[in-house]
Amino acid sequence: MNEVLKAIVQTFLKMPQGMAVTFKHLFLKPVTLDYPRKKKPMAPRFMGRHYLERYDDGSERCVCCGLCAAACPADCIYMEPDENEKGERYAKVFEVNLLRCIYCGFCEEACPEEAIFLGHYYEFSSDNRDSFIWTKEDMLVPHPRKENPFKTLYRRVRRAYGIGDKVR
Amino acid sequence: MGAEYFITTVVKILIVIFVLLTACAYATYLERKLLGHLQHRIGPSYAGPFGLLQPLADGVKLIFKEDIVPDNVERFTFALAPIVSFVPAILVFAVIPFTSEFDLFGLFPSATKGVISDLPIALLFVFAIASLGVYGIVLAGWSSGSKYSLLGGIRSSAQMISYEVGYGLSIVGVILVAQTFSLTEIVTQQADSILHWHIFRQPLGFLLYIICAIAETNRAPFDLPEAESELVAGYHTEYSSMRFSMFFISEYANMLAVSAIAVTLFFGGWSGPILPPIIWFLAKVFVFMFVYIWLRATFPRFRYDQLMNFGWKVLFPLALLNTMVTAAFVML
Repeated sequence: MNEVLKAIVQTFLKMPQGMAVTFKHLFLKPVTLDYPRKKKPMAPRFMGRHYLERYDDGSERCVCCGLCAAACPADCIYMEPDENEKGERYAKVFEVNLLRCIYCGFCEEACPEEAIFLGHYYEFSSDNRDSFIWTKEDMLVPHPRKENPFKTLYRRVRRAYGIGDKVR
Repeated sequence: MGAEYFITTVVKILIVIFVLLTACAYATYLERKLLGHLQHRIGPSYAGPFGLLQPLADGVKLIFKEDIVPDNVERFTFALAPIVSFVPAILVFAVIPFTSEFDLFGLFPSATKGVISDLPIALLFVFAIASLGVYGIVLAGWSSGSKYSLLGGIRSSAQMISYEVGYGLSIVGVILVAQTFSLTEIVTQQADSILHWHIFRQPLGFLLYIICAIAETNRAPFDLPEAESELVAGYHTEYSSMRFSMFFISEYANMLAVSAIAVTLFFGGWSGPILPPIIWFLAKVFVFMFVYIWLRATFPRFRYDQLMNFGWKVLFPLALLNTMVTAAFVML
């Protein structure tokens, strides 16, 4: 009988304590991020969409050596080499299947020319499977001479720090 | 009772139905938003400013949903069950005194009572009608033609019936103190001052009432039937779109009804200083809804056997004790 009474009294003391904890949360700032309107910046080494880099004079870095395709665990890179006017080897066709890609960054690590790298953008949902096969043009960064040279510099700094990668 | 009475009553009915259905819809909004903030997150915030149009969006979505009726259901009962659940929940509001005498800013020919129907046995009516709501759940579970629905329905209705015993007994104390069944009388008796509120004369009765009411309406922490619905199945598994939303609305209408009765019986109904009585009534019902949602956010569920144990072995004897003690006090 004693234990029952003690249990009852304990319940009546503890229940409001629990309710006070929940009540306190009413007045704390919620931790939810208002997603589509506000986005969290990604970590510097976050691996998102693919980019093909250029040299400063505008020529493409990629020589279509096939090392990225060989390194890729998901087998999502396809390329066909060709020779350009200067006699250099370049990629006539370079396609990445973003649905197969597992965003591991092996291609970035394998590339000897530092041509391919993964940026921060991740919001490329679509309702059409074909739109996920990105060609060379989709991935190539804009010609640096067309851009403001300071913009190119900022782009390189941003890439070095891995922040705020712009949408293509 | 001439045409004047008829017209004022019809206007009151329309007002109450309109306000009630809107209140049920926004009770869902209140629950989601409040539950969110109590859990340190935000609730709906996308549909309209602060998510205020969320119930509208939900309603439109449910209307457009396909009404699936499985093959092996009992057609008639299947269609009947949501109605049997919905109508008693709404009907209870016919006898609740919302406010004192009023005449709708002069539109009514003369001042009329703040209740649709001032039954002398209003309290008995309320409990009789509330018990009918259990039928809806039983019929739904049984007519769905699926094992899980049946089990969920049986559990839920067993829970509701068990707690109805305590529910009914807990207010016997109030009836003894007030010496009447009429809800308007009970409110008038409490209207003089805050010290006359029955909460001070029947604290145990109130506690029992609120616990049994939460169990009756299948709300946390007594919501095992509901939780099972989320996880496995329950009495409203086989229902879709408008039929499901009728169950849903009837649950929130039940919550509002129970809050309104608690306010009327224990907290003085519409009485309060300065502000118009209807504001007091709505404020008190709002406080009750807040407590309902607060309890849901805080406590884990009872297991089914713990629930039944509690209802029969703890609440029922306590209710009897409360009745006997009150009767003794009233006699002396």
